Amino acid sequence: MGKVVEAKKLSFKYDKLPILEDVNLSIYNGDFMGIVGPNGSAKSTLVKLLLGILKPQQGEVYLMGKSIDKFKEWHKIGYISQRVRNFNNSFPATVEEIIAANLYHEMGFLKFIRKKHMEKIEEVLRFVDMVDYKDRLIGTLSGGQQQRIFIARTLISNPEIIFMDEPLVGVDIDSQERFFSLMEKLNKNLGITLIMVSHDLGVIREHTNRVACIGEQRVFVHSSKDFNEEDYIKSVYGGKATLLHHRHL
Amino acid sequence: MPEILTYGFMHRAFIAGVMVALICPTIGVFIVLRRLSMIGDTLSHVALAGVAAGILGGVYPVYSALVFSVLAALGVEKLRKSYKDYEELSIAIVLSTGIGLATILISMGSGNAMIFSYLFGSIALVSYQDVIVVVIMSVFILLSILLLYRGLFYITFDEETASLAGISVKGLNLYFSILIAVTIAVAMRIVGILLVSSLMVVPVAAALQMAKSFKGVWLYSLLFGLLSVLLGLIISFYGDLAPGGTIVLSAVGMLVISIMVKSSKKKLNTVEMTN
Repeated sequence: MGKVVEAKKLSFKYDKLPILEDVNLSIYNGDFMGIVGPNGSAKSTLVKLLLGILKPQQGEVYLMGKSIDKFKEWHKIGYISQRVRNFNNSFPATVEEIIAANLYHEMGFLKFIRKKHMEKIEEVLRFVDMVDYKDRLIGTLSGGQQQRIFIARTLISNPEIIFMDEPLVGVDIDSQERFFSLMEKLNKNLGITLIMVSHDLGVIREHTNRVACIGEQRVFVHSSKDFNEEDYIKSVYGGKATLLHHRHL
Repeated sequence: MPEILTYGFMHRAFIAGVMVALICPTIGVFIVLRRLSMIGDTLSHVALAGVAAGILGGVYPVYSALVFSVLAALGVEKLRKSYKDYEELSIAIVLSTGIGLATILISMGSGNAMIFSYLFGSIALVSYQDVIVVVIMSVFILLSILLLYRGLFYITFDEETASLAGISVKGLNLYFSILIAVTIAVAMRIVGILLVSSLMVVPVAAALQMAKSFKGVWLYSLLFGLLSVLLGLIISFYGDLAPGGTIVLSAVGMLVISIMVKSSKKKLNTVEMTN
């Protein structure tokens, strides 16, 4: 399996405060990688560095074998940011308009939506089971439904890698289950590499195949089977914290 | 032929007015949805300083206003980066600079009557040269928006992801700021510096009540913009009123009607649901 994302000796500081130091990370084609860590441990920062939204002071990022500065095929990369659902709920845009926006690079100079684009929009909406919502205003949908629309928006440009930053915040438990069965379809059936930031250790261990733990400016990668929540909690929070298994009702 | 169409200056006013009615709400849709409603006011006050400078220096005031407001738009963009968490501060800083400069420049000159015609708009003084400039600039603005519509929509909704979709966010933001500045310089001759930003914002506010999509908001804004300008020009001609004010009040009237229509629709829906 080839490396699709690689970070080499990455260091990043906000002002003079070190956030990440000497981070090495490889993500392979077909991985479903979870990124976990306590609040403020730079999970989102790491994703932004891997996407080139932030620039590291030291080190390099490679996407699909190319240095990020030379990487041009951005339509192969999907990103569902933490802030994506922070939009104003009365924003007057339909589901179709939101998804069509991501066809930007395919639309040609005049940016007209053609029949093939419309068919593609229907196809991705069918994939996320939201085809009946095409003409609805985005703000009138529930958190889980909006999440599926943003996944559809990402899918329309046929990405090979999708980064997701806390995609389950504000999504109810039933929608979370639908979300993971959708992720499985993307990962197993379509072969898309998934990278997901989450603070929920349980779901990460259950659904991903590898876990990157961030703490004290470092990153450690385990396979999900070897990932031990108790050890992780101790190493990150010290001996003071214990793990309490519970279910959300 | 109705009396209003027998005057040459009214022909010129209608041509320039229709152009202004198309460009102001078109730019306004993006301004309102990006929560930058006050930027129009800011740039128009700097444009006033430009008009005063033009009169002082013997330059066609629309051109000097254009230069001043484009520089101000670039200044706002620059300051927005310096005060990322207080973006509205950049608008306040440029607004104060514009008013300060305008006050000094106006007090230095003696062309107060001419300043007034730009401040409040004047259809009687719209010259052939004005009409040519308005038409050329408006076509330029409309073509720009037609070509950049998708990119601007993406940035307006979700700036962070837009750059990953292949959109040059920085370049587009800068170009859009310049388009706002050009729109103000073009529209001030008809509606007046003090009211330009209202024509950018009020038709859009009315459209937001009616439309069910982004495209719908744009089309409704154009409709409300056109109706307000035409209605305003006619009423101001027969009532001998200030055209800028009449145009803007017509737009406000449409806003009030659209709010009433929406709330009565809501009531009807609730009644139907309870039955």
